[in-house]
Amino acid sequence: MFIRRLPKFEYHTPSTVREAIAIAGKHNGDAKFIAGGTDLLLAMKKREIMPAHLVSLNGIGELRYLTVLANGKPSEEAGGLKIGALTTLAQLLASDAVKKDYAPLWDAVDVMASAQIRSLATIGGNLCSAVPSADTAPPLLAMDASIEIVNHSGKRTIPLNEFFNGPRQTTLGHKEILTHILIPKMDSSSGGCYLKLMRRNAMDLALVAVAVCLKLDETKKVCKEARIALGAVAPTPIRVPEAEAMLAGKKIDEMQITEAAKIAGMQCHPISDIRATLEYRCSMVEVLTKRAIERTLQRIQA
Amino acid sequence: MKRDITLKVNGIKYNLNIETHRTLVEVLRETLGLTGTKKSCNEGECGTCTVLIDNKPAASCLVLAVEAQGREIITIEGLAEGTKLHPLQEAFVKHMAIQCGFCTPGMVMAAKAFLDENPSPTAAEIRKAISGNLCRCTGYQQIVDAVMAASAALRGEA
Ligand SMILES: Cc1cc2nc3c(=O)[nH]c(=O)nc-3n(C[C@H](O)[C@H](O)[C@H](O)COP(=O)(O)OP(=O)(O)OC[C@H]3O[C@@H](n4cnc5c(N)ncnc54)[C@H](O)[C@@H]3O)c2cc1C
Ligand code: FES
Ligand code: FES
Repeated sequence: MFIRRLPKFEYHTPSTVREAIAIAGKHNGDAKFIAGGTDLLLAMKKREIMPAHLVSLNGIGELRYLTVLANGKPSEEAGGLKIGALTTLAQLLASDAVKKDYAPLWDAVDVMASAQIRSLATIGGNLCSAVPSADTAPPLLAMDASIEIVNHSGKRTIPLNEFFNGPRQTTLGHKEILTHILIPKMDSSSGGCYLKLMRRNAMDLALVAVAVCLKLDETKKVCKEARIALGAVAPTPIRVPEAEAMLAGKKIDEMQITEAAKIAGMQCHPISDIRATLEYRCSMVEVLTKRAIERTLQRIQA
Repeated sequence: MKRDITLKVNGIKYNLNIETHRTLVEVLRETLGLTGTKKSCNEGECGTCTVLIDNKPAASCLVLAVEAQGREIITIEGLAEGTKLHPLQEAFVKHMAIQCGFCTPGMVMAAKAFLDENPSPTAAEIRKAISGNLCRCTGYQQIVDAVMAASAALRGEA
C-alpha cells in the first residue's frame, strides 16, 4: 500500500500535564495527544484518523522517568517500579532494574519492533493504542500493574486489568492522560517471563503471546500466587483466572503445568486472520503457556 | 500551519520555517537537500530513513520535524570527515555490502548506533541490531561481515 504524507493539523507544545489537558479540553474531541507517534502518525498517514490538533506530550519532563521505589512511603509502601508514560521502549530495554527485577517486561521490549522504533515508541502509547497484540500489556497484567490517569478534575489509579475495553478501546477519555505505570515489587521467591510467537524473529506483531508470574513459598516448590496473561488471542489482552487456579496453592508438578496450559488454550478466544487460524492460535497458547510456566520456575529456582 | 524551528543536523544549526505536519525525513531531503537519507515504506518498517537522534537510531519517517527541535541529528552525510570515509563506510565498500545501495545509508546509521553501544558484537547480535533494516539485494551476509570488520577497525584491531 502506498503511504501518503501526513494530513495537516495544528500543533501544540504544552509543558505540563495540566496544560496539555486544558488544550485537549478546548478542542473537544478534535485533538489527539502525541507521544512517540509510531502508532498515531501512521494512522494519520493512512487517513484512519485526522485530528485537527496534535498535543505533544514530549515537552512534559514529568512523564519521562523510571524510578525504583524505595520502601516506606505510605501509598507506595511495598516498593516497586514507577514508569512514566513517556518512557521509551529503548529506555526500558537499557534498564538493569527492569531486566533483573521485572523480567517479563524486559522480555517483551526485547522482542518489540526494531531499534529505530524502540527509541521513539513509549510504553504509555503502547497501552493507550490498546491493540490486542500490544506487547507490554501481558507482562504488566501478569505483574499486576496499575496505572494512573489524570484529567481536569483530578487523578485516579486503576488496575491495568480494568483499562482495556476492546480492540483499540480503553476506559481513557479523550481529555485524559495516562501519567504512569506502577509495578509492585517481586520478592526473591517470585518471578516470571514473557514469550511471543512471531512469523520472524523481529519486527512482527505477536501471533500469540503469554506472560506468566508466579510466587512460590520458601521451599520454592509450592505455588502461592499465579498470574497468567495472554496477548493477541482475544479482543483485549486478558488474564486467564481458570488456568491460574490450577497452580495457586498447589505443589507444582508436570501434571499441574500441563493442565493449566490446557485450560489457557481453552479459555482464549482468538480470531482466524491472514496471519494464523483460530485453531493454531489456541494450540500455541497451550504450548507457550507450558513453556512460560517452566521457564518461570527455572528462573525462580536458579 | 507553520512554525519557526532550529534543527541541528550534523553539527550545523538550520533556522527553518516549516509546516508542522512535515516529517523529519521530508525536511532533511526536501528542505535541507540531504538526500542521503532515503524514504521508502514511509511507515517504520524498512529502516531506509534511519538517522541518529541524540545518538539513538530513529525512523525519521515517523518523527515530526518540529519534534526533532533541540535534538542532535546525525545523517549519513555526517559520518565521513571530508573525503575520509567512516570505518563503517569503508568496510561496506570493502566487503561489497552494497548492491543497489538504497538500504545502505539506513544500514550504516543503524550499525553506527549499535557499535557505539556494543563495540565487540557477535554476528547474532549484529543480525538482531539490523533487523529493522530491509535489504532486497545482498542477502545480508556481506553487511554482517562489514559491520563485524568495522567493529574490529573501530577497536583499533584491523
Ligand atoms: C514498524 C513498527 C513496528 C512495531 N512493532 C510493535 C511490536 O512489536 N509490538 C507492539 O506492541 N507494538 C508495535 N508497534 C506499535 C507501536 O510502536 C507501539 O504501540 C508504541 O509503543 C506506541 O507508542 P507511541 O509512543 O509511539 O504512541 P503514539 O503513536 O504517540 O500514541 C498512540 C496512541 O496513544 C495515545 N497516547 C499516547 N500516550 C498517551 C498518554 N500518556 N496518555 C493518553 N494518551 C496517550 C495517543 O493519543 C494515540 O492515540 C510497532 C509500530 C511500528 C511502526
Ligand atoms: S521509510 Fe522510514 S522506515 Fe521505511
Ligand atoms: S543493496 Fe539494494 S536494498 Fe540493500
